[in-house]
Amino acid sequence: MAVGRGFIKLDWITIFLYFALVGIGWINIYSASFDDSATGFFDFSQIYFKQLVWICLSIVLIIFILAIEAKFYERFSSIIYLVSLASLLGLFIFGKNINGATSWYVLGGFSIQPSEFAKAATALALGKYIGDMQTNIRDFKHQLQAFLIIALPALFIIPQPDPGSALVYAAFVFPMYREGLHFVYLLLGFFLAALFISTLAFGVVWVSVGIVLVSTLIYVRNRKRNKKTKLLNYAMAALLCIGFVFSVNYIFNNVFEQRHRDRFNIVLGKETDAKGIGYNTNQSEIAIGSGGWTGKGWTQGTQTKGNFVPEQQTDYIFSTVGEEWGFLGSMVVVTLFVALIIRVLQLAERQKSQFSRVYGYSVGAILFVHFFVNIGMVTGLLPTVGIPLPFFSYGGSGLWGFTILLFILVRLDASNSHYA
Amino acid sequence: MRKLLLLVLVLITGVVFAGRLFYLQVYDTSFQKLSENNAIKIQYNYPQRGYIFDRNGELLVSNQPSYDVMVIPRDVEPFDEVELSGLLKMTVEDLRIRLEKATAYSPRLPSVVIPQLTKAEYASLSEKMRKYKGFYIQKRSLRDYQINHSANVLGYIAEADNKIIKQNPYYQMGDLLGKQGIEMQYEDILRGVKGVKYIQKDRFNREIGPYKNGIYDTLPERGKDITLTIDAALQSYGEKLMVNKRGGIVALEPATGEILALVAAPNYDPALLVGRERSKNFTKLWYDTISKPLFDRVLQGEYPPGSPFKALTALIGLQEGVIDTEETIYCNGGFRYGRNRVLRCHSHRSPLAMQGGIANSCNAYFCTVYKRTIEKYSTPQEGIDHWREHLLSFGLGDYMGYDLPSGRPGKIPSSVTYNAIYQYPTYKWFASATISNAIGQGEVLLTPMQMVNFTAAIANRGWYYKPHIIKNISGGDTIPTDFKKKFHTTIDPEHFEPVVEGLYDVYNYGTASHLKVPGIEICGKTGTAENYTRVDGKRVQLTDHSVFIAFAPKDDPKIAIAVFVENGYWGSRWAGRIASLMIEKYIKGEISRTDLEKFILNGSLEEEYAKPYSGEPFRINQ
Repeated sequence: MAVGRGFIKLDWITIFLYFALVGIGWINIYSASFDDSATGFFDFSQIYFKQLVWICLSIVLIIFILAIEAKFYERFSSIIYLVSLASLLGLFIFGKNINGATSWYVLGGFSIQPSEFAKAATALALGKYIGDMQTNIRDFKHQLQAFLIIALPALFIIPQPDPGSALVYAAFVFPMYREGLHFVYLLLGFFLAALFISTLAFGVVWVSVGIVLVSTLIYVRNRKRNKKTKLLNYAMAALLCIGFVFSVNYIFNNVFEQRHRDRFNIVLGKETDAKGIGYNTNQSEIAIGSGGWTGKGWTQGTQTKGNFVPEQQTDYIFSTVGEEWGFLGSMVVVTLFVALIIRVLQLAERQKSQFSRVYGYSVGAILFVHFFVNIGMVTGLLPTVGIPLPFFSYGGSGLWGFTILLFILVRLDASNSHYA
Repeated sequence: MRKLLLLVLVLITGVVFAGRLFYLQVYDTSFQKLSENNAIKIQYNYPQRGYIFDRNGELLVSNQPSYDVMVIPRDVEPFDEVELSGLLKMTVEDLRIRLEKATAYSPRLPSVVIPQLTKAEYASLSEKMRKYKGFYIQKRSLRDYQINHSANVLGYIAEADNKIIKQNPYYQMGDLLGKQGIEMQYEDILRGVKGVKYIQKDRFNREIGPYKNGIYDTLPERGKDITLTIDAALQSYGEKLMVNKRGGIVALEPATGEILALVAAPNYDPALLVGRERSKNFTKLWYDTISKPLFDRVLQGEYPPGSPFKALTALIGLQEGVIDTEETIYCNGGFRYGRNRVLRCHSHRSPLAMQGGIANSCNAYFCTVYKRTIEKYSTPQEGIDHWREHLLSFGLGDYMGYDLPSGRPGKIPSSVTYNAIYQYPTYKWFASATISNAIGQGEVLLTPMQMVNFTAAIANRGWYYKPHIIKNISGGDTIPTDFKKKFHTTIDPEHFEPVVEGLYDVYNYGTASHLKVPGIEICGKTGTAENYTRVDGKRVQLTDHSVFIAFAPKDDPKIAIAVFVENGYWGSRWAGRIASLMIEKYIKGEISRTDLEKFILNGSLEEEYAKPYSGEPFRINQ
């Protein structure tokens, strides 16, 4: 056991940032959920009290995670991953439908959301796979296998349906890129995303015309430099892009549900309906915007008190921060998140084993995607995608999921020096 | 490079979020208001409007509770339109139109569905209204008039319109405010301050308690009572005398500038503009374009003053030194000027000195004095402007600064006026061209209010206070200091005595000798003012206006009065009689000359007023 030496080597910066975020998060959950119906502080029907219990249990969980030998996580990663996959599959049989998504197991009075834990499991499995001596991430076959590891849990999560949680798995492209994945994949992803958005924003015809124009321009320019340039290749590329554009259009109109379409249309400015589909974003912006420099004060937010922002204890908790603590308070939270993610990336970089490094990078990337998507959504920059703000949003599974994710890294880092 | 990608993305994201948050929270302040609209309901508690008393403490205006049916469109849930419209005694169509209008104004702010229900209507409605979500009854206080006169003085209160709401954030849809008269002038004092309750709501629009435990809530503050300088008995008597006549009476206390009576005829019962019939009645008054009951003839009517103006011509002549009190001037049936032109005069003793000139109202005398005044200066322009300066010092030719919201400046011509009329310098003009000014005709126009003001200045022998109607505001507020400032005319005090004697002789043996009131020394001046109108686009002369100014008693003036009766012919026929009755009523408290009183009370000029509208040729000055 490396407990004694491990504790001394614990990265206290990460731990401090973790507790700062959890603490601030709880204060805001208290404000968002507090009302006069509470019989007293120790009222188990109150959300803030439940969350406090979860936080206390998290500390137990942290001690447990840190007490386990670091090697355990690498050695058992495949099993953890498989168990995790099984738990996701099990939802199709035993899962309970809450708010329209079959994402929960209900045991006694508690509900557990396995997708929150699957992220850590996938990160371990990916670390194990890439860290393997035999794996060369530059090799297409291995790339395919790595993608499979990532895609399986995501594929199980999508039909719950919980596309938001599945989207998070895109984060794993960052550790893979760090380990040598060709940047073309990133570019391709970015390019397709841009095509996707512009198709929705400007319509099929204009984007297709644009593609033809741009590829013609590139062809003419390259033709001048190199006479051997073949028109066919460019025509094929342009056709592929146009095909993609048309399929996007098809998917958007025929596969997406109306609510998904609405979300995109609102962010793209094509629809403004403050009372209906844009209500969440609108109310959230009003809450944050009304905070001013220093906010309305703790438990004094009128938007928060009136429950105007839906899901304000969970996905929209940041709107309470914005309303009650103002610009200064919001910036403290944003800064804490940025600092935590950067610290996690630093920890990842200093890992001597590839497994730990990949795992650390995965942690950083997952936290980043959550942070980016959640605050982007709450401030009205991104479409509504229902994923929680790590350590902040109410929910035991989420809190435990992120705690496990983060503290396995802390544990790995603690054994870094003598663990080869 | 591979190490940096994610790091850079994290930092960029942090900066973008900082920018977005700065924009939302600090740069764009509209969200504050939005969040208030969202989550806080404001409930108003309307205070009682201040009472209005007359100078003797008689209550003129108090309040009665009234109830408005209000609606907040976004709170309305589907309801039985037929039933509700039945309760509100309106058609389903009307109800729908009201709701549409309310929604168009604001879905979130209250609008009035039915204003000013009576207590009885309220009692039958209040229980049933609970059923209709989004509708409620707002209690307000409405005016309760103890009198049936003084409508032009008191003004009225009405719902604030969109323009006012935009200008002044104090007012909301459905709020009442003074729109005319005293109610408008002293709105801020009379209305008090409405109480506000902020109530926190949740997103289902349910009230969940006072906002911030009520630290911003305020209690309503009752409006302050005001006391007017009006003598209700005199005012009411004046209105009775003016029945079936058009014109006005205005009486001042010369020593203070306090307005004792301000009668505009025709008038209306102030109670007409209260309650559910209000808008119907208002429309009727508004569209009466012939007798114009909403037109305050005392303050807004600009008339040629006629002969009373001669007193001013005399004063200016004395001040300019172009005449003394001894010099006599011949009158051969008029004043000859220019090429065989005569400004005619009636028959009287001749020649006359100043006192007699005034008493007999000799046109020739005053034309001579006026001409000399103008010709004293090297150019008629200079002369006219000097003459004008003197008149302005009597408060003429401008809004006078009294505390009522309507009025007109009247007109005192200047060199600019005549240069424009006679196209100077292409053509020249001389004093004779403006000679009608001497006798208060021509280009001179005064409101009855201005006429009484110069009368008061003469009564005081050279000074006046600005006429005002506020006597006292309860609760320690003082009346504006402007009303406590003495204004001096440009005429030296010693010049007034001969003019006053002349005005006294008007009663002694002059044009109003038959209107003497036993025991009161009255000074006055009759006026008979020519006037014209347009009938089918043609300029047509109408029967002269009957004008009279007076003050009494001569040596310790208690009252100055101007009476104007449109198309009443001789000054002494209507205006002089009314003035003498008013003076007797005010000073003695009762009328001894009951025959005279009866003649006036029963007298009507409606026939005279109908003439130009008859479409037939008519005769004037009968």
